[in-house]
Amino acid sequence: MQSPAIDPAKTEQNHHHVATVEAQHAEHPDHRLFGLVVFLVAEGMIFLGMFGAYFAFRATLSEWPPAGTPELELLLPGINTIILISSSFVIHNADTAIKKNNVRGMQTWFAITAIMGIIFLCGQVYEYKHLEFGLTTNLFASAFYVLTGFHGLHVTIGVLAILAVLWRSRKPNHYSDQQHFGIEAAELYWHFVDVIWIVLFGILYLL
Amino acid sequence: MTQKQIEQLLHKPETSHNRQRKWWEYFTFNTDHKVIGIQYLVTTFVFYCIGGVMADLVRTELRTPASDFVAPEIYNSLFTLHATIMIFLWIVPAGAGFANYLLPLMIGAEDMAFPKLNALAFWIVPPSGILLITSLVLGDAPDAGWTSYPPLSLVTGQVGEAIWIASILLLGTSSILGSINFLVTLLKMRAPGIGFHQLPLFCWAMMATSALALISTPVLAGALILLSFDLIAGTAFFNPTGGGDPVVYQHMFWFYSHPAVYIMILPFFGVISEVIPTHSRKPIFGYKAIAYSSLAISFLGLIVWAHHMFTSGIPGWLRMFFMITTMIIAVPTGIKIFSWLATMWGGKIRLNSAMLFAMGFLGIFVIGGISGVMLAAVPFDIHVHDTYFVVAHLHYVLFGGSVLGIFAGYYHWFPKITGRLVNETLGRIHFALTIVGMNMTFLPMHQLGLMGMNRRIAMYDPKFAAINEFCTYGSYILAVSTLPFIINVIWSWIAGRKAGNNPWDSLTLEWMTTSPPAIENIETRPILIIGPYEYGSERAKQVVALSHTDKPFTNSKSPAPQTGDDDESYPAIAAEAG
Repeated sequence: MQSPAIDPAKTEQNHHHVATVEAQHAEHPDHRLFGLVVFLVAEGMIFLGMFGAYFAFRATLSEWPPAGTPELELLLPGINTIILISSSFVIHNADTAIKKNNVRGMQTWFAITAIMGIIFLCGQVYEYKHLEFGLTTNLFASAFYVLTGFHGLHVTIGVLAILAVLWRSRKPNHYSDQQHFGIEAAELYWHFVDVIWIVLFGILYLL
Repeated sequence: MTQKQIEQLLHKPETSHNRQRKWWEYFTFNTDHKVIGIQYLVTTFVFYCIGGVMADLVRTELRTPASDFVAPEIYNSLFTLHATIMIFLWIVPAGAGFANYLLPLMIGAEDMAFPKLNALAFWIVPPSGILLITSLVLGDAPDAGWTSYPPLSLVTGQVGEAIWIASILLLGTSSILGSINFLVTLLKMRAPGIGFHQLPLFCWAMMATSALALISTPVLAGALILLSFDLIAGTAFFNPTGGGDPVVYQHMFWFYSHPAVYIMILPFFGVISEVIPTHSRKPIFGYKAIAYSSLAISFLGLIVWAHHMFTSGIPGWLRMFFMITTMIIAVPTGIKIFSWLATMWGGKIRLNSAMLFAMGFLGIFVIGGISGVMLAAVPFDIHVHDTYFVVAHLHYVLFGGSVLGIFAGYYHWFPKITGRLVNETLGRIHFALTIVGMNMTFLPMHQLGLMGMNRRIAMYDPKFAAINEFCTYGSYILAVSTLPFIINVIWSWIAGRKAGNNPWDSLTLEWMTTSPPAIENIETRPILIIGPYEYGSERAKQVVALSHTDKPFTNSKSPAPQTGDDDESYPAIAAEAG
């Protein structure tokens, strides 16, 4: 084990030698994106568990939402939904841009996505302020606030991730067509947050 | 590759390979998987001792029918903390400890896929454990049982319950981060030539465990988030007085906590699958059957949870469904048990400490498995639900299964980890005391349960007194049984005989390197020349001889004829042989 360096003579005897050198080169191959996918499976399970609980509560009560729950306004959350869904397309342009080594373009699309995310969050806060029920009004109200709040937390993290990428991209050559894990990761996370919202919107507002 | 990179590669400083770890490095945020593995194994053992003391305090209280040793509230906290510590701070992270130490070595990788994440996952464990135990000092320890069912958990003490939730959320995060690492490492970082069917079975077991932990742990997190809102913010998700439904909590809780049973046993199925063929000197019987039955257990483990809730008022058809799925789990488990028995059959068995614990595991786990099938039957379960029969069953699988499996693993890999051999006499004393103590403690509990003694009570009917006293003495033997182990480990670590690379003449990759392995494991990626369990073959003899030399990993004059094709399968692997 303790030979001072790779002995070329020795590796030569080894008919695996090309593969060995390549393996050395790819010593730390990038598994981060795959790791993030696995992590998002786990994240998705938290939401799935909560959705399951929501349906279980729904099934145990004879009337849902419980009697006396004020109707949910659809206009604002509808606009919010459109903003969030379109932001997924916007952020994808950043990916296309960086693959062409266009850092400026990537920054522009990321900035637009971040602004759209912030608009979504502001819309959410506005809706919270104008709803006629509070966290503890009834089971539906509690579920509404906890689910949308937990999702909002994820949107916030997504926005922070996007801003972090923007901050890092100040340095020239930090991201390139070869090296852009941060961009792909932020995009993937953003899509995840988006998909969760579509399900959440369907469950809470439409069903 | 540019010329510069090649030059860098050729002049890579090799100092790391010559260096031994300093003792203080084990107390730092270190990203070496071997350091993290040892950190896990030692830390969890400390928690095992703490949880064990709590168990003995519980048993001392139960020696007599009256509540005369500790106050009933303290008793409630003690059994709650005992269970929580043993599950979340001992067995689950101990599995992660073995996985951390062994997986990269077994697949010929330098480290895990995400070393920093790995270190983070470990360093979450000690603070959460300390947080949990400080609740005792604060005078408001969690006392609603480790299941923490609402509405009870919402009324017994807010601070203690909040600490419990925080601690479990942290430990769950640690477990998820660990699982991501194990899964990505196993899927992406195998050395050339190691396909899925060349993996040691411990790797298969960890793959099944990690997948299960990833899918189920987040649901517990979801339940605990909702529970904390009930506890702190005044919502009523699980509180019937506010229109909520406590049974929903039970569903979410057991959606994690039944798979958790498999998260706690599958790694040690893996350990046993390594120990038994090595010390029987025979190829494992049914390699593929054991490998795929781990996955089957993982999958089935996700659809059996409501068998914990047969008395919670769930509909009849649902009971039927969960009864059937639960009983089906006995099939993949039985496949493993019989494969291990067939592996031992006619082998040259070495009765050393590791093998003794593995055989103890087999015998005792079967008893726990059978009482598990009994409990799966709805009519029987309704009769013995929440009695000591359940306590007996769960200790037979968790102590007789997981804990004996952990000890088998300790004895088996101790020479690799420390470079020194254990004292076999002390190991045998440890084994004998453990088996006697555990059966004295837990076997009579079956009878207590059938007689109708409830679990989780400090005071009981005097007619149960004699059996309880007997159980309590058994638990003292169990406490004493740990001493020879501790003495053995400390003494052998300091002054044990040198082990050499491969004291067991084993064939899996971790034995093909020095003991302890060099800091970055390997210099060049190893080339697999033999399957993990080809014991008894001519090739195995050559490989074992090679493993005792100075540079087993890097020796280029490998004795094997076929090192060329990465995709080639290894005909002598046990699946075909058996």
